Parts: sequence; structure tokens; C-alpha cells
Amino acid sequence: MFQAASIPNLAGAGPRLRYHAAVSTESGIGEPMIHARGLTKRFGNFTAVDGVDFDVAAGESFGFLGPNGAGKTSTMRMIGCVSPRTDGDLGVLGMDPEENGPRIRARLGVVPQTDTLDTELTVLENLLIYGRYFDISYREAGQRATELLEFVQLNERRNDLVEPLSGGMKRRLTIARALINEPEVLLLDEPTTGLDPQARHLVWDRLYRLKQRGTTLVLTTHYMDEAEQLCDRLVVMDKAKIVAEGSPRALIEKYATREVLELRFPVGVQETLNGQLEGLGERIEHLPDRVLVYAADGEAAAVAAHDRGLRPESVLVRRSSLEDVFLRLTGRTLVD
Amino acid sequence: MTTFVGARKLEHSLMVYRRIWRGTFFGTILSPILYLSAMGVALGSLVPQMTQFGGVPYLVFLAPGLLCAQAMQTATIESSWPLFAGFKWNKTFEAMIGTPQGVRDIVLGHLYWLVVRLSIVTGIFLAVMVVFGAVSSATFILAWPAAVLTGVAFGMPMAAWTATRKQENSFAIVFRFVVTPLFLFSGTFFPIEQLPEQIQAVAWFTPLFHGVNLARSLAIGHDLDPVVLLIHVAVLVTVATVGTLIAFRTFRNRLVV
Repeated sequence: MFQAASIPNLAGAGPRLRYHAAVSTESGIGEPMIHARGLTKRFGNFTAVDGVDFDVAAGESFGFLGPNGAGKTSTMRMIGCVSPRTDGDLGVLGMDPEENGPRIRARLGVVPQTDTLDTELTVLENLLIYGRYFDISYREAGQRATELLEFVQLNERRNDLVEPLSGGMKRRLTIARALINEPEVLLLDEPTTGLDPQARHLVWDRLYRLKQRGTTLVLTTHYMDEAEQLCDRLVVMDKAKIVAEGSPRALIEKYATREVLELRFPVGVQETLNGQLEGLGERIEHLPDRVLVYAADGEAAAVAAHDRGLRPESVLVRRSSLEDVFLRLTGRTLVD
Repeated sequence: MTTFVGARKLEHSLMVYRRIWRGTFFGTILSPILYLSAMGVALGSLVPQMTQFGGVPYLVFLAPGLLCAQAMQTATIESSWPLFAGFKWNKTFEAMIGTPQGVRDIVLGHLYWLVVRLSIVTGIFLAVMVVFGAVSSATFILAWPAAVLTGVAFGMPMAAWTATRKQENSFAIVFRFVVTPLFLFSGTFFPIEQLPEQIQAVAWFTPLFHGVNLARSLAIGHDLDPVVLLIHVAVLVTVATVGTLIAFRTFRNRLVV
């Protein structure tokens, strides 16, 4: 949507790394980077991912939006070739993870949900040894590490141990580590969960730069603003299934109105409204603490409510968001 | 630029060791000095000449036992908390399998690391034994690989087990109920012939007994019956191999889900 305008302009020398805009010839031109049909993951009787279909094109920024437990991480782990699928088809970079796990993983970058940094090693050593896992020479890994630490603004901490770093710094280091093999696809599982707003914006900015260079990004999030900022296209997941798919804007247009009127009533009043809001908008949603009125013109709906003699404590008109899409599709909010 | 399976995990362990070796080095030297002077020299002066192994002084009898016990302890520790950290605290193994590295790299890398670490610890121990005059044969140098093998025979089954643990408090139980009793009753401090016969039979099934007897025969240069020595080696190699094979499975069950 309007990512560029809303991200703070944090200047920094970009690395001279080669980022791949398209899948290499061995998997064929035009083939999607990731292709899933009926992808299923079961743990015993529990179905974590229930027959999902999706394709991710080269250079695309693709998101899985959903609450905790929706099956996002399980899907990411299957794409990352560390979790065998129970059923369905999955192709990553034109190969089957079951047969070519190590070859696929050699071309992926992974940012897991919880940091998996080696706290006994320094910032630089974390990058060097991770490069070694890809059979990159120490010399080459050292050069890339310097560029990447510059890119994530951690160069002055290069010889410090990982442990005293802040959550945001560790996250940036994890992203730098995931780029050491110049991956064609970067998998990010909740890249900014637990970060303060400033740290989140810095991470978003770096990810946006990668996206502009043509790196394919696949991310999961339960933050709708993150999905709006970073994703060209996303799927909404709920209870192991994909419930909607499209660009953030298309999803909002399809499942929500242009504007939302939020009404907050004094304690106890909301329960006594009994249909007094009917017809104010296309749809009314009762949340525990407020009422959402979906209308093309929120201001007009607010005036109409006032004309009906309703006196809410606060009135807010806002643009509708993916949160509203999610509420519409599942009847629940994203972050409970 | 391909190398052998497990090479990168070994590099990782060496990189970590380069950061922390100073903290462990002092203890590695001090431990044999303390044990050999207290139990071998001081206590040993109260012990009459041994009837076994051609009547060697107690110090000479004791030292190879302590050597193997040290290897057992080092390997068991290396396969407990540090591995558990890789699974749960740092999750470095999760990071590793996201790269072209696989479960076999992690397991075999750990095996190689055990060999390196045990070689350092038992090498220093043997050097201290030489200083104390606790070796009496040129074959003593073969007690070195014997002690390393003994450690691996504990380290790999322990590694396999650690991969199944969800809580770290399990490890204290192993030390209390496995490592310490073996340390005391596997022929380290006295010949197992001193034990009741039923318990002697149990000792035959513990890897430490085989390690201690192997290392002792080689360090003293007595009782070098090739058949017996081969049995000891075969038992240790079997336990280490089975432990490694089980570790492939338990590590996979833990990491690839």
C-alpha cells in the first residue's frame, strides 16, 4: 500500500550483495518460487495445517496473516524444509523438500519466530559460523558479514557477545544471518513480534529495502499493519485453513467498507442498545468494549447515530484495515 | 568445497571452545593433581602392595581408573547441558537444520567434538600421571585412546537421551544415580573382585568397567591378554555405536517435526 511514505527514512549504505530477482534456470522460468496444493500437517490427531493452496511468485512479498495457532509457523517450517508434510504437494524453488531438503535450504534465508542466535559467540562469529554451514569460506563470509552488519546497523557491535544486545538488535542480527548465503527466498516468521515500535520500524525499513532489491519475502504476522506495510499479497489463515487471499487493498475492499465508525458507550449501555444501530452502516460488529459500524462514509454514520439520540462516550472514524477483514472472516480479533 | 559429515558442527564447537577454554583449563589440570595426590599418594600410602597387576603401588593401580572416570564425567557433562542448550535455550540446532546441515551433521559433529575434548582432558590427565610416576610401561600411551573411547561410550548414549529431555533437571539424576555409582563401583578405586559376586556380574555390563580395565592394563603394561583387551574394546565400540545410531533417531525426532 503506502509503505514507503510511512517508513522512516533511515539512511544506511546498502550491501553490494547480489540478490536474486528471479528463480534460477534449473527450476524453469515463470514457475512459482513456492507452490502448495492441499498442503497438510498433522501432529497426531491435531491438524495444524489443513489442505492449504498458495503460490508465491519470484520477487513477491507474500504474507500469512492470522492469530496464534492458525498454522502459520507450521506452514513456514514445511516451506523451510525442516518439517515433513503429512499430505499434499509442496514445491520450493521447483524442488520437493522431501527429496532435496539440503539443496533447497542452501538457497533459503530463515528468520525463525524465536531468536536462535548463539549467545556464547560474538555478533561477527554468529555470522561467520552460519556462513560455514553453507560451505562459504571464512574469507568470503567475513566480507559478507561486514556488509550485512552495515546493512542492519550493527557494525559497531560486531565484536560484542550476543547476549547483552536488545531484542531489536538480535532480530536485526538474525535477519543479517539469514542473508549470509544471499538467499533467493527469505522466510520470516513473525519478524517483529515483541519489538518496540521504533525497533519494528527499523526492521520494516530493512525488509522493504530487500523487497525493492527483488528478494522474495515470505512472512507470517499477526499484526495487520505489518501485513499492510510489507505484503504485496497475503492469505488470511484461521484454524489451519486459508480463509481469504488477495492484496491488502483488495481484501479490505472485498471484506470491509471504506471506513469504520467506532462507538464506545458508557459501561453497561452497549448491552441495552437492542438494534438501535440497525441500518447505520452495511454491517455492525459488537466487540466487548466498543461497537464497529462499517460504512462507506463514517462521518455520515456518526451524524445519523447522533440524530437517533445515541450518545456514545467516544466516536472515532477511521479507514478500515486488515483487522476488520479478519474480524469479518473469523468473528474474532487478531491479537486477543 | 564439500567436507565430511559433521565437519561444520565440529567447527562450531571449536569456535565456542576458543571463547571458553580458559575457564575450563585450570580445572582440567587441577583435577588430576588433586585426585592423584590425595587418593593415590596420601591414601595410597596406607594401602598395602596390590596383589593384582604384578603388585604395583596403589597410585599406579588407581591412576588409570581415575583417568577413565574423568573421561566418563567429561563426556557425560558435554552431552547434557551444552546439548540441551542447543535444543532448548539457544536453539542453535534449530538454526543449524535451517541450513544445508542436517541431523547427521549435528550428531556426528558432536561425536567428533567429544573426541577432541576428551583427547585434551585425558591427554592432560596422562601427562600429570607421568609427572606423578603413575605409569610403568611404554604401552601407557595407548591408555589415551582407550580413555577417549570410554568417554565416547558414555557421551553418545547420553547425547541420544538428552535429545529426548524437555526439562534440564533430568541431568542431575543421571549424575547422582549413574555416573557417581559407576565411578565408585566399576573398579576405579579397588578391583571388582572385592565386591560380592552378584555385583561383580553387574560391573561387567557397565562400559566404565571395560574402559578402566583396558586403560589399566595398558598403563601398567601387565595382563596384556589380546583377547581380553579386544573384548573391552568391542564392548566400548558397540556401546558408542549403538548410542550414535539411537542419537540419529532421537535428534531427528526432536528437530524434524
